[in-house]
Amino acid sequence: MKKTTVAELRAAFIAGEYTPTEAVEAALAVIKEKDGEIHAFLDVYEDAREAAKAADQLYKEKGKDTPPLLGVPIALKNNILMKGKRTTAASKILENYTAVYDATIVKRLLDAGAIVVGATNMDEFAMGGSTENSAFGPTKNPVDTARVPGGSSGGSAAAVAMGAVPVAIGTDTGGSIRQPASYCGLVGFKPTYGAVSRYGLMAMGSSLDQAGPLTNSVADAELVHDIMTGIDGMDATTITDDTYPAVPLKDTYTFGVPRHFLADGVDAEVLSAFDAHIEALRAAGHTVIDIDLPLFEQGLAAYYIVMPAEVSSNLARYDGIRYGLSVEADDLLGVYEKSRAEGFGKEVKRRILLGTYVLSSGYYDAYYGKAELVRKKMRQELAETFEKVDIILTPTAPTPAFKLGEKEDPLAMYRQDIFTVPVNLAGVPALSFPMGTVAQEGKQLPVGVQYIGPLGGDKRLFSIGKRVYDTNK
Amino acid sequence: MNREEITHLATLARIRLGEEELVNLEKELSSIVEYVSVVSEIAADDASAAPKVGARFNIFRKDEVTNQGDQYTKDILAEMPKTEGRYLAVKKILEIGD
Repeated sequence: MKKTTVAELRAAFIAGEYTPTEAVEAALAVIKEKDGEIHAFLDVYEDAREAAKAADQLYKEKGKDTPPLLGVPIALKNNILMKGKRTTAASKILENYTAVYDATIVKRLLDAGAIVVGATNMDEFAMGGSTENSAFGPTKNPVDTARVPGGSSGGSAAAVAMGAVPVAIGTDTGGSIRQPASYCGLVGFKPTYGAVSRYGLMAMGSSLDQAGPLTNSVADAELVHDIMTGIDGMDATTITDDTYPAVPLKDTYTFGVPRHFLADGVDAEVLSAFDAHIEALRAAGHTVIDIDLPLFEQGLAAYYIVMPAEVSSNLARYDGIRYGLSVEADDLLGVYEKSRAEGFGKEVKRRILLGTYVLSSGYYDAYYGKAELVRKKMRQELAETFEKVDIILTPTAPTPAFKLGEKEDPLAMYRQDIFTVPVNLAGVPALSFPMGTVAQEGKQLPVGVQYIGPLGGDKRLFSIGKRVYDTNK
Repeated sequence: MNREEITHLATLARIRLGEEELVNLEKELSSIVEYVSVVSEIAADDASAAPKVGARFNIFRKDEVTNQGDQYTKDILAEMPKTEGRYLAVKKILEIGD
């Protein structure tokens, strides 16, 4: 399948020019041809063919009166539960775990007719920014296979970028949808916290996690998000349309650029692509002003307290007793300690220990308490900023995709997320789409721009994103 | 952060660590903790940590049975490392007399 959009597929299905079976066969053929090298997928679902046959029939009978994703091949990050499918979170501790129920978003996507062709690779338990932390080997960037696809939803990004599927679902705790979208030249969306149910997602940072789409157009991202969003009785943090004040759509917007934040550590070429984007916005009649976001700038430090704290709590459930890897030992404590020692990878252990530290008696107030306070003040700072500007603009990541094995130091890896993690801490929505390419060693590498909206402003981001990206790409 | 502290954290977190892991973690965790300590300066001027709640709170739903009996039992049992009939088998945790 050539790189395509859901809108194009859907039109061809309805017109009878192309069938779901052809689309699924094309997806499986691309995977067969390319995935030996790319390794975007952990599992490929051959039973997608049966669903495709049923979809063929339904189009013959009902044409356009069919669900909006009928026959569209999609891929799921492997931390999203789909009943009867192996769901590993790319960890040895869940290597043979089979999901016993569907996540709410999976149920909604299947009800909308989507056909899941496979599960995508990721950093173990979504911890990482390169997909190198997968227990089952890294994914390579289809744009340049010497480079990482980003992470943690790197397999999902690579699956779309290599043309296997037009849509892959990822999860985003600190940038894990947007940063791979930037590295692979795609659209990626992190919704307002609570817009999408987390029921059936393997929890990493429960106050931060959201699921969202990786696609080739903003219109597709909106279509897929609209199917997944909505209140869910199984997730008490899901929001309604009136949880936040209405965020109006406008003809022209005021964009705020935290210029001070860009002064340090951003590649010169990324900055010039970003400045060109700003000029294009001005030429289109928008206003772009500089803003100060001093707390937003410190988001990364607060994030590396809050997130590991939640990680250490959420991952306590993997104990070798009820499911997953269980290593024999003389006593119960030994089973816990050995199962977790053998089951978890380096980065996961690092974060669990860090989280245990910041939550431990004597340190809780100094770290976790302070980080939550920073978070609260950051929300305030953003609320005040959104009284002056409609959208905050940053590069999605400070650099284009880096090379496999290049970032050995954990802090260097974490710094790739300086622009994305504050968004999760504040719970606001953000959209990333390509703003151009930068040349490195003879390759044109894509770089993304990040549009950050106020709480509940998801539709504003789609609306402006379609105008700026979809009509000009 | 010293070795003793890390060993203690590992016990709390129920993870057995090897010698090489201990050496690496000592270095890595120290530098990460140093990096994140900046939050204590940022928030220093505001000691009033108000109670934190999300946008929505106290969300309740009806306490009603949504599943059929045994709907998931077989699948969940199949994931267990060790079972006896319909039960999860675990190690003895209490030793009573001899």
